[in-house]
Amino acid sequence: MVAFVVTALVCFITYLLLTIGSANNASFLNLWMWSIEEIIFGLVLSILVGIVARKVFIKKSLRMLNPVRWLKFIGYMIGPFFIGMAKANFDVAYRVITGKINPGIVKISPNLKTDLGVTMLANSITLTPGTLTVDIDENTNDLYIHWINVKKEALDKMPVDCKFICGKFDKHVRGIAE
Amino acid sequence: MLNQLIDIVIYILLAIGVFFNILAGIGLLRFPDVYTRLHAGTKCTTFGSIFLCGSVILYGLRMWILGNVDGSIWVIHTGIALVAILLTNPTGAHALARAAHRSGVKPVGAVIDELENKPTKKSANKMEAKK
Repeated sequence: MVAFVVTALVCFITYLLLTIGSANNASFLNLWMWSIEEIIFGLVLSILVGIVARKVFIKKSLRMLNPVRWLKFIGYMIGPFFIGMAKANFDVAYRVITGKINPGIVKISPNLKTDLGVTMLANSITLTPGTLTVDIDENTNDLYIHWINVKKEALDKMPVDCKFICGKFDKHVRGIAE
Repeated sequence: MLNQLIDIVIYILLAIGVFFNILAGIGLLRFPDVYTRLHAGTKCTTFGSIFLCGSVILYGLRMWILGNVDGSIWVIHTGIALVAILLTNPTGAHALARAAHRSGVKPVGAVIDELENKPTKKSANKMEAKK
């Protein structure tokens, strides 16, 4: 039941965002920015989607409903993630212009447990300096990373230490998703 | 006065976004193999698109604040498009890289390739068939 309500609610909010500004000046049946037709149709659609997709959208636990996790997520996106991304771009710019590369594929074990956490970490890694997620071991959640500039000291220990690749991202992601 | 200032900010955002997208294009031409090309293609286009979307959002916000309700559509829809880009761009790059490696493309000049030894489902099936 909770899964149904959450799915329908998320669906309805998305529908409202997409149909914002549909208010019709000639008609008096308006709810602020939306026309009443759009709201009724959105309600019907989101209830249908909620019934069909409740088990796809919410797998096991409801821990992502906690607003503290959302705040942490927004803070992560604006702070460390955006800075990492800016650095990544200047790094790529440098390599595009000079052509200095030293690539390789390494394996890291971030020890994340949830699918959402692994997805977030893999996407963060792809968008941050010199690294690209190539493959994933679905049993152990190990990630295989294509690294554009392999450091010598990182290869001393196998598998490669997580801190060379993801910096502090794994700690942030663990705080958000686990 | 403020109007012109916002115009200048919009032009600067557009310039930054176009610059990084051009960089992605040059990277695609200059890098040697599929993985390094994906580096350029993913990071730079995502970062550039943030600034391009930012300029559209700023333009729409000014319209909205000045009383034109159509501006709200610009702002919200571009925001949703930005979220979609941020989610799908790295995922798509990951799928491409994985497919390339599975079909046997080796990274050029690789120092180390730990993925080579990972047994894939396909090769495991072949081994069983041989037995």
